[in-house]
Amino acid sequence: MAARLRELTRSPGTRIPPYTFGAAAGVLLLVLILGTLGVVAAYAGGLSALGPWDMRAIWFTLWQSVVSATLSAVLAVPVARALARRRFTGRALLITLLGAPFILPVIVAVMGLVSVFGRSGFVNDALASLGLSPISIYGWQGVILAHVFFNLPLSVRMILHGWQAIPAERFRLALSLGFGAADISRHLERPMLREVLPGAWLAVFLVCLTSFAVALALGGGPGATTVELAIYQAFRFDFDMGKAATLAIVQVGLCVVALALASRISRPAEFGAGLDRTNPIPAPIGWRQGVDYISIAAAAAFLLVPMAAVILKGVPGLLSLPPPVWAAAGRSVIMALISALLALTLALALATAIARGQKWAELAGMLPLVASPLVLGTGLFLMLRNAASPTELALPVTTTINAVMALPFALRILIPATHSLHADYGRLADSLGLHGFARLRLLILPRLARPIGFAGGLSAALAMGDLGVITLFADSRNPTLPLKLYQFMNSYRMDDAAACAVLLMGISFALFWLFDRGGRVRAAI
Amino acid sequence: MRIALLALMASSAPALAAGPEFTVYAPEYFASEWGPGPKIEEGFEANCNCDLVFVTGDVLPRILLEGEGTEADAVIGLSIDQTLRARESGLFAPHNEDTSALTMPIEWQDDVFLPFNWSETAFIYDETRLENPPESLQALLDAQDDLKIVIQDPRSSVSGLALLLWIKQVFGDDSMTAWEKLKPKVLTVTQGWSEAYGMFTDGEADMVLSFTTSPAYHIGAEEDTTKHAAIFPEGHYLLAELAAQVKGTDQPELAQQFMDYILSPDFQGMIAEANWSYPSKLPDDQLPDYFADLPRPEKTIFLSEDEAEALRQPALDEWLRVFAN
Repeated sequence: MAARLRELTRSPGTRIPPYTFGAAAGVLLLVLILGTLGVVAAYAGGLSALGPWDMRAIWFTLWQSVVSATLSAVLAVPVARALARRRFTGRALLITLLGAPFILPVIVAVMGLVSVFGRSGFVNDALASLGLSPISIYGWQGVILAHVFFNLPLSVRMILHGWQAIPAERFRLALSLGFGAADISRHLERPMLREVLPGAWLAVFLVCLTSFAVALALGGGPGATTVELAIYQAFRFDFDMGKAATLAIVQVGLCVVALALASRISRPAEFGAGLDRTNPIPAPIGWRQGVDYISIAAAAAFLLVPMAAVILKGVPGLLSLPPPVWAAAGRSVIMALISALLALTLALALATAIARGQKWAELAGMLPLVASPLVLGTGLFLMLRNAASPTELALPVTTTINAVMALPFALRILIPATHSLHADYGRLADSLGLHGFARLRLLILPRLARPIGFAGGLSAALAMGDLGVITLFADSRNPTLPLKLYQFMNSYRMDDAAACAVLLMGISFALFWLFDRGGRVRAAI
Repeated sequence: MRIALLALMASSAPALAAGPEFTVYAPEYFASEWGPGPKIEEGFEANCNCDLVFVTGDVLPRILLEGEGTEADAVIGLSIDQTLRARESGLFAPHNEDTSALTMPIEWQDDVFLPFNWSETAFIYDETRLENPPESLQALLDAQDDLKIVIQDPRSSVSGLALLLWIKQVFGDDSMTAWEKLKPKVLTVTQGWSEAYGMFTDGEADMVLSFTTSPAYHIGAEEDTTKHAAIFPEGHYLLAELAAQVKGTDQPELAQQFMDYILSPDFQGMIAEANWSYPSKLPDDQLPDYFADLPRPEKTIFLSEDEAEALRQPALDEWLRVFAN
């Protein structure tokens, strides 16, 4: 108590400015992303020119990202609205489950999509029995289908948060003023969407921009080469580090342009603070009710059936998985937890700085999204090769890179909430002299518990499924679970691989659920 | 948090070493308990009084990055399309082995890179799903377009590149036309072999680009005799995996001992069922029966590294022109 009093009464003059941690985190990120890029370019002795196939890869990457992001964002609006205003049994569970595809390791998700939409999948079986011609998942349509599958849940959750962030008092006021559905849409929903949608679109766009494995598996051929894939090929095949660096710079450039566009479109909704009443959002009846339930059912079928297919295929082999797989699972869980803590710490520091007007921190925080993990890994490898053995660094470096790669998602989730928190309570907290740890414990953590839980779960799950970086630093004595999955496939053990996929999916989802649940329990206080 | 960190550090601590550490870079699949790595480690350590450590990952890019400062004493699992670049790096020393007694369908004369296994690329099918497989490469090109195959990207996969050279070698100047005829049958192009093979076993494709030895896995490990390699009279492209000692190693005796071990009956005897490919120096009568009984192509196609390198870029451009549109 005495310590708390001291904390509360410490004189402002000796206080570290509140955005110092955020600024430090931002600088750290810039050094990590741009520094590694610079090291790779320096190693190569300069940048290489791009050929016509590279330009094609850039063009394909760009247009499929725009289409994927737009589809994900547009389809997410009715689903998020339906989930925001309808109440039904299992709603909370469904919201959590709908988040699952985003955190699925790519390889597992592709397995699921192929077993539903593939040549011998349910959908084509059904079409054949109706005498209709089959659809093909392979080609650009497969890439976009997979990207919507991955990112629709992310968009739904971000937009749903937006709906829940409209203070309940505004809806009560609207009702008492006799607003119809169109008026509510104009005065409450559209301003909210104006604030939230560009961010959601941008997040998906950037995820698709760096897509690698999806394009490989479902792209159908080299017509669907993405920039990240071109980087991999420059590295693995031609050992052309200069080209890898050039392509990585192109990715960063595209990111900066997209960020600039999104920040022009996004406008704060400025609803002001509410009293945290949990009054339900008004749910119109009649045909709108039907549309809402159809939206929810369609999204649930699209997102959950492929996962069910993966589960059905893998569960029989689950218990016969050999002990090293379980050891790898344990190792992956520890790494994922550390990654999540790191990502959350960085994201909170950055979000606070951004809320206090440090705009550049937002750019720094979004950069990892377009950093090529391969270039990042190679750069770190070059930087650290004289300091320590890469093999010893395999697990710590992988953990750090995973934290950095998850950071943009955590940040996207925290920024709006931190922004409102600062706008609504910042002056009050300042006038009360609530700073430092006390402010974190009494104001920030309780009020941001929901987005923090969500962001932490996302970071942990994303780290769990990552394969990219560890292949460069791999350490055969300490494989992670995704690495085990590939080892099964490479040893022809497809059934074991399917069982391993279920395990990986189960753990990723459990991590996500625990964090998310924890956040929502805290938020209910 | 502290406990988690300790656990992480404990889990990455090296095992207790007996003797000096001998580091071998190897591809990913080596490390798994079903890959050849653990058996090789056990077999070599029995005599070397050393601690053999496999470091897995992309072998060549990694060692090129590390250059002279590499920790590797030897490498294993280089693919045949990498020898030129590996040789030019000047990082590798001669293997000093007699390669005249190798049991490969081609003569091996390289004095730096030592093959330890080989197999030929082939299209694999399941007889319960494809009753009349094409009987030649030409027949595959002429097949109905609803016959679907999965191949690998020649820019990221050894077998994908092998197909490129295979087609180029068989069809010569008509290879572009051959690709145009093959394209409608290609369901998808995957980054690596494992994704492609997974799609085949899931029933997505009728045939998959793999190896003549792939059916051996299904017979030997699963007692499934329905998977076959389609053997084509035009010949099949040979692939081998290679090992080499690192010139700058501080343990040259161990490195030489490792090269010797690779051609020993002990090592060669474990390749068939750990790597599902033919050992490079083992008479047929010492192979498991079902292995020795696998149908073999009558004609083997193989290009020297200079020939392969000269063909690679033009062949790749052709392939891209057909497949990227």
